[in-house]
Amino acid sequence: MALAPHDVLLRVEHLTMRFGGLVAIHDLSFEAKRGVITALIGPNGAGKTTVFNCITGFYKPSEGRIALLHGDPVLWNELDVVTARGQRSLRRPEGALFLLERMPDFLVTEKARVTRTFQNIRLFQGMSVLENLLVAQHNMLMNASGFTALGIFGAPSYARAQREAIERAVYWLEKINLLDRADDAAGELPYGAQRRLEVARAMCTDPVLLCLDEPAAGLNPRESADLNELLLSIKKDGITSILLIEHDMSVVMQISDHIVVLDHGIKIADGTPEAVRNDPNVIAAYLGVEEDEVQNVAAKVGL
Amino acid sequence: MPAEAPDRAPPSLVGRALKEALVTGFLAFALFLPLVGFVSVQSMTNTLLLEARWESLFSVVALIAIARFLYVLAGPWLERRRARAKPSAPASNLRKVFSKFFTPFALGFAVVYPIFVLAFTGINPGALKWIDNFGIQILIYVMLGWGLNIVVGLAGLLDLGYVAFYAVGAYSYALLSKEFGMSFWMLLPLSGILASFWGVLLGFPVLRLRGDYLAIVTLAFGEIIRLVLINWVSLTNGYAGISGIPRPTFFGIPFNASDEGFAAIFGLEFSPLYRTIFLYYLILALALFTAFITIRLRRMPVGRAWEALREDEIACRSLGINTTNTKLTAFAMGAMLAGFAGSFFSARQGFISPESFTFIESATILSIVVLGGMGSQIGVAIAAILLVGGTEIMRELDFLKQIFGNDFEPIRYRMLLFGAAMVLIMIWKPRGLISTREPSIFLEERKAIPADLLKEGRG
Amino acid sequence: MEVFVQQLINGLTLGSIYGLIAIGYTMVFGILNMVNFAHSGVFMVSAFIALNALLLITTWFGVSSMVMALMIIMVISMVLSAVLNWTIERVAYRPLRKSFRLAPLISSIGMSIFLTNFVQVTQGQRNKSIPPLFHKQIILMDNGNYTVAVSYEQITIWVVTILLLGAFWFLVTKTSLGRAQRACEQDQKMASLVGVNVDRTISITFVIAAALAAVAGSMYLMYYGVVSFSDGFVPGIKAFTAAVLGGIGSLPGAVIGGLIIGLIETMWSAYFSIDYKDVAVFGVLAIVLIFLPQGILGRPDVEKV
Repeated sequence: MALAPHDVLLRVEHLTMRFGGLVAIHDLSFEAKRGVITALIGPNGAGKTTVFNCITGFYKPSEGRIALLHGDPVLWNELDVVTARGQRSLRRPEGALFLLERMPDFLVTEKARVTRTFQNIRLFQGMSVLENLLVAQHNMLMNASGFTALGIFGAPSYARAQREAIERAVYWLEKINLLDRADDAAGELPYGAQRRLEVARAMCTDPVLLCLDEPAAGLNPRESADLNELLLSIKKDGITSILLIEHDMSVVMQISDHIVVLDHGIKIADGTPEAVRNDPNVIAAYLGVEEDEVQNVAAKVGL
Repeated sequence: MPAEAPDRAPPSLVGRALKEALVTGFLAFALFLPLVGFVSVQSMTNTLLLEARWESLFSVVALIAIARFLYVLAGPWLERRRARAKPSAPASNLRKVFSKFFTPFALGFAVVYPIFVLAFTGINPGALKWIDNFGIQILIYVMLGWGLNIVVGLAGLLDLGYVAFYAVGAYSYALLSKEFGMSFWMLLPLSGILASFWGVLLGFPVLRLRGDYLAIVTLAFGEIIRLVLINWVSLTNGYAGISGIPRPTFFGIPFNASDEGFAAIFGLEFSPLYRTIFLYYLILALALFTAFITIRLRRMPVGRAWEALREDEIACRSLGINTTNTKLTAFAMGAMLAGFAGSFFSARQGFISPESFTFIESATILSIVVLGGMGSQIGVAIAAILLVGGTEIMRELDFLKQIFGNDFEPIRYRMLLFGAAMVLIMIWKPRGLISTREPSIFLEERKAIPADLLKEGRG
Repeated sequence: MEVFVQQLINGLTLGSIYGLIAIGYTMVFGILNMVNFAHSGVFMVSAFIALNALLLITTWFGVSSMVMALMIIMVISMVLSAVLNWTIERVAYRPLRKSFRLAPLISSIGMSIFLTNFVQVTQGQRNKSIPPLFHKQIILMDNGNYTVAVSYEQITIWVVTILLLGAFWFLVTKTSLGRAQRACEQDQKMASLVGVNVDRTISITFVIAAALAAVAGSMYLMYYGVVSFSDGFVPGIKAFTAAVLGGIGSLPGAVIGGLIIGLIETMWSAYFSIDYKDVAVFGVLAIVLIFLPQGILGRPDVEKV
């Protein structure tokens, strides 16, 4: 497939999420492009994780549309038709279109191939590192095992699939520098390694969009740099695009191509790192002051 | 000052022990006064009269106070022993050797057990008790424990009504074999399928539930099945149960005294022993089948998904695993194995009634799983031997009558001690006898995963 | 109509008993997140304590005023059951508090088996029956072939339940103990950091739970006039059903749940089939959990991702 980079991969349109009377996200629209790293930033409580939960199917948004495209961008023209027909997805030889807000969480990963990580690491602590990476390849292995019926009798097709799965796991373990700890329990790894393992585990589902919820939280500068390298190499492979929530500005500014800024559930800026960095709205939101004071404060803190 | 301290320490310890024994004694007095101190008995005129039992009360209270006294006295010594026992590394080496040879040894023992018994008792009905009450009875619980282990130990779903599926299997066999004369070998798989059908039927709505609600619904379901068995008299004969259930045959040859019977054909003198021995090997085979299935499934994607589900359900969903279906398969698999065990039970007894399928049974099976160590098959087997064998052995303690007098019936204390043992074992080993987990796959070497990393599931 | 009113009366009586037991389940669940299976055992033991206390004061000490006797046996049963439950918590649950979730559950199942068999061993297998305490009833309606009546026992149960719930309500909403309890329900570590004595609060919770169960046990004995060692289990499960139905963790929910379960049971017996009354109760439980998992008054549970 000739995938032109910078085609639109994910389209979030007029997304609103209410919890009872609380409006967590209000009328949010943005796009994430193929082959780039898009960052979603904003102060605490801005609603970033809620956006993730809506994209990955953990929450059903109150309003709005979240669409994802595999393949030919021509299919974007069909979006309104698919929406009007009430379908979840459209499959054509040239690609597929998914309406994520209509899909249950596990199908978002399985069919639309959007995978996420979590702010508080959610590894299978009591399983070995290798097992973690094999569970991530569950659907592929499940099919290969003939939904267990063939696998239990030791069918060669399953043995082959499992070997491939292990190879893939080993590939990622080498990449995150954890090959020597493949047989240890995931819960025994140091914190930074757990963060990397969670990214590798998500990558083992073979996603087109990888959603990372604060992957650098709690990392020391060295580990943070390693992580940047990992994310850049994923981007370079060209198969997986990245959507990132991050607090660590050094990470965001260094690796992202596109930044969306949220504050109190509303988008306040959207653009390249340079544009966002100089946006007075963003500075105001981060410093917690009114817009007209920004100049003063900025001067004081030496921006 | 330092010279005085050692002189002072012992009396203070004894003093403390005395004080604690006194407090404990008072507490025991308050606890046991109403029900040990007094008993209501029916008089000739059918009214209740109260009798005091001061002797029993004071002996119980004294016993508890003395036990407490000695425990406090032994405190420093126990402490020292515990401190010394901790850093010993060779013990774990010994354990490694032990665990390596334990499984083949246990398996071998299970296979030769009936021969072993016969060698001791000779071919006479005295052997029946040892093969039936101990061998078969324990193996039924081992099998049930291993079946429930899939649901609770691997998938982390708390099922308090497991006995319902056991009942479905037992009644399926009893009714279908009596009504349609179907053979044991046909009904064994069929009972399993029917039980797993019920498992899916129940599981479909309730497995979406989170946390302890699943436990409660399964408990309720277990009770519903039992109540239906009691009240649907036209089908199940209610409390009276079903008797005259056809017994399994040796691949078509019945175990009876006739000319076509097993004994006659093989030129042996007729004895009920042969059937019992056959049943023993049958349940051993069924139990090993369960173990084999579990070991295989753990290495399949579905088995790994079960364990992942126990570890973190949300992470599972984020990896594209359909958690409802995954739970359902665990539930159905557990139910099917209980169905197998149920049809065996029915065929072994020749008689079943709702009495055999009470909540206590579910609780016993669950305790076996938890006491054994969730997920560990060897642990579950050991727990079954301890709990079931332990309570069965209480039936054999008639010699105690010579010590405590003829009124003393050890069998009455069977379930009392069973309950107490459950509490004590939990306090002693809250995570069960074998609490580490073996990974299902490895690159270089298999490393056991320590218990404190394992999650127990929330469902 | 007459049948309905009579069943309403019976159902509310039964429901009061279930409600009192249910509070014990819901309080312990709220604070320890554990289904206390031994609670049904404590309820049954308390009925036996009440029985022996009743026999003691009537046949040994010759107390003849039934109101007096009832008050005395309730107090005795409350105190001794509270001591029992306090001990159970100390012995069987406290060592397991930091342990994993199933350990205290199994321990409580073991304790429940222990209590049942303890009573069987010490008091015998047979049902124990006593003559009715009051021989009076108030006739409310009479259409010639069906009379609707309230017995003195039923009135006693209502009055005691209402008084007790009032006192209990005051205890948990207006006193520092209640505040400590709610704090422990939210977050035990935090509560202990701000100076709440968590151990003591949990102990007191068990004491209160047992006291309420003891009142229920005494009234159960008085109402049915018969008790046996195996009587704990079914009322226990129904009370637990009531706690879940009302929303586990919610105290008014437990009472409302108890009343609803009592009504379902009596109405089902009257209009459908007495054999399947328990099936109806458990069926309702399953349906409620599937369609309204948080119960009637429980807080809805938002999934934290």
